[in-house]
Amino acid sequence: MDIFGSFSLLLALIAAVYAIVAGIIAIRTRNPLLTKSARHAGIAVCLLVTLAVACVEFLFFTNNFSMAYVAEHSNRDLPAFYKFAALWAGQEGSLLFWSWLLSIYAFFALFLNRHKHPELMPYVGVVLACIQLFFLTLNNFVANPFQVLGHAGAGGALTVVAQADGHGLTPLLQYSEMVIHPPMLYLGYTGFSVPFAFAMAALLGRYPGEKWIHITRRWTMVAWGFQTIGVLLGAHWAYAVLGWGGYWAWDPVENASLLPWITATAFLHSVMMQEKRGMMKVWNVWLVFTTFMLCILGTLLTRSGVVSSIHAFAQSSIGTWFTTFLAIVFVACLLAFWKNRDYLRSDNQLDSLVSRESSFLFNNLILLAACFAVLWGTLFPVFSEWVQGTKISVGPPFFNKVNVPIALFLLFLTGVGPLLAWRKTSLDGLKRNFAWPLAGGILAGVIAVIFGMRQIYPLICLILSVFVVLTIAAEFWRGARVISARSSINVLAAMGQLTMRNTRRYGGYVVHFGMVLIFIGIAGSAFKQDVQQDMPPGAHMKLGPYDIVSQNFDQVQTPNYQSERATLEVFRNGKSQMILYPERRFFLASQITQTLVGIQSTPLRDIYLVYDGRNPETNRPEVHAYLNPLVKCIWFGGLVVVLGTILALIPSRQPVLVISQATERAVASAGPLPQPVGVVHGQD
Amino acid sequence: MKTPAKFLVGSGIIVVTLLSLAYVGFTQSKTYYHTLSEIATLHGSALDQRMRIGGDVQDGSIQHLPGHVEFVLVEQGRTLTVNYAGRDPLPDTFKGGAQALVEGHLMPDGRFNAEQVQAKCASKYEAAPTQTAPATGAKQTYPNSQS
Repeated sequence: MDIFGSFSLLLALIAAVYAIVAGIIAIRTRNPLLTKSARHAGIAVCLLVTLAVACVEFLFFTNNFSMAYVAEHSNRDLPAFYKFAALWAGQEGSLLFWSWLLSIYAFFALFLNRHKHPELMPYVGVVLACIQLFFLTLNNFVANPFQVLGHAGAGGALTVVAQADGHGLTPLLQYSEMVIHPPMLYLGYTGFSVPFAFAMAALLGRYPGEKWIHITRRWTMVAWGFQTIGVLLGAHWAYAVLGWGGYWAWDPVENASLLPWITATAFLHSVMMQEKRGMMKVWNVWLVFTTFMLCILGTLLTRSGVVSSIHAFAQSSIGTWFTTFLAIVFVACLLAFWKNRDYLRSDNQLDSLVSRESSFLFNNLILLAACFAVLWGTLFPVFSEWVQGTKISVGPPFFNKVNVPIALFLLFLTGVGPLLAWRKTSLDGLKRNFAWPLAGGILAGVIAVIFGMRQIYPLICLILSVFVVLTIAAEFWRGARVISARSSINVLAAMGQLTMRNTRRYGGYVVHFGMVLIFIGIAGSAFKQDVQQDMPPGAHMKLGPYDIVSQNFDQVQTPNYQSERATLEVFRNGKSQMILYPERRFFLASQITQTLVGIQSTPLRDIYLVYDGRNPETNRPEVHAYLNPLVKCIWFGGLVVVLGTILALIPSRQPVLVISQATERAVASAGPLPQPVGVVHGQD
Repeated sequence: MKTPAKFLVGSGIIVVTLLSLAYVGFTQSKTYYHTLSEIATLHGSALDQRMRIGGDVQDGSIQHLPGHVEFVLVEQGRTLTVNYAGRDPLPDTFKGGAQALVEGHLMPDGRFNAEQVQAKCASKYEAAPTQTAPATGAKQTYPNSQS
């Protein structure tokens, strides 16, 4: 099976090379047969890499411990669920996984567009195949997952030595979310290759019109959605598994996953300027390029250990490969841009400071500032070592100082931006759209101050959140009322119709609403409390309004681990609320102890209990208890964001007639005649 | 004033604000990495900096004393006594022989006052071929392994 897998990988590499060569010749000669052949080669890569992945999984499930990778990351008693996830537990498997997901994306990009855009697709195929070539080279020659354990016997023949059992999967990864988080994040990382390929293709082929920007936008939204899920699941995993009571530590690998997310967010906004007004073309192309390069950088940081982090302890030679690839991509982007820069000339100019355009410009400026700050802080140890010879790292205070004001400003723009008109907004329009939401926000702020809220950032966050939610609600309300009056249905049904008529616009509002929830959840961390003390059976601990009583400590034994478990009962006002069981598990195969947190999560607050083991000074069990307000808002907000993204990806049911000054190109004019829904200020 | 100029002024204000915030955050949290051998060569203000030092925890050197934990870091024959009085419990992977990363300040008496201790269990994260023979004792080599 390992030989079968190895050959699949090698064939995939050859297919990728063929796709590149045939693709380039096809572009030159415009030979339709060769174009088709190159596309088929691109699709074949997907099939071959899938076979290789199936082989690795087969080896895991058959406990083939003569395979180095299987022996390193699995053991007999590992539950089947985790054997599946062990594919991405180490370097070789992770890179194979990258290749695989990329090939799946490439498959869909090529297959879905096989009869469309004949001028564009050959370029897309070549660019995608070039990216695949890099990863397949790594899979085949640098980090091959099909290495066998053995030694050279007599005559130099290889004797395969199988181990009786493997070393087991890192306990940190033995958590159900860890089975979903890496695929989601990788789907995000790899997904940004597709917009990159389309942007590059449009630039190289000087593809006429703005069609490519629509395609790129949709693919970016897909990848962005996955990246959002991936980042949030990662945060949730850190929260639920690492046992330090928080979810974001500005760890280099966390930052790496955030960077392409930020630039993609910027792109999804500024792309509208290009669609509606023909502006920002250079900027957009570079945002797509940068997002892709940040994905490669993220993979580099995660896999190479350039910057020390909990995820990237392994130091390896893979870094050089990635750095080289990154440099090649950058040079390719620069050349492609320089040669075709006249293709990206802007059609329009900024007209007013109070307009949709300028709100997008500020949005982009601020997102890029955030991206730059995070990147700078993450890579500072590397740069300072180059420049000064000493490694200097920066910690959370740096990231928070810069990013909290940025986040609040973004929140403000989230409320303001969508309601500003293109080109220029009148004072009247401002008053009509913002008077009530602003009043609502300030009222909420005043009430919060009366109830004793004094911290400035959470207070601003609250005011802005209420403001944004009210603007979004008002938008839905205004549109729905018009529809319900015309077609005499109730307002809720009208809201559904409204959303389906312009999914892009209203899906976007849903995403914004989800982001507000996330912001509220993050602001809640300003009010967290924690207590740490010895808790022998019978002992009490006071945590905010709760009283925690230690009931019992017991041992649990499974083939995979031994665990010591605390039984803690939580009381409020003398009434028993719940029993939580924080644990410490000792994993037998890997000989590592792992903490399992006891969490009771409610929309308003989480009770988060960590059993610290025995206090070495007193030899009594010690418990660390946290009260984390509003954390659940973050996860719920994430769900809303994903829902909104899916909504925005669904094609609108009917085109909506929008009355506005801006020049609207005829997009998707098929279907029944548009029905006027009333005057909507600005467009989506 | 023309619109692009207004936009530039607005952007300028934002950028300057962020840069000053970044500078404050940076000075508050910058931490210097040093190796154990470098510590001996430090002098002047460099001694007061917040620093991060890596090394191996000497076997049997971990002492749990009232209110704090004391242990010795070793790297290439040099040693450093570290005092840890932080609130967070030491990581599960922290034991004799493990690699540890301590963050804090150097005390005038030459000891190190750690505010944070990170530890990594070498065998798990780096798939080093010679370490951690499995229970069966089967002789293992990784002829193709390039890690």
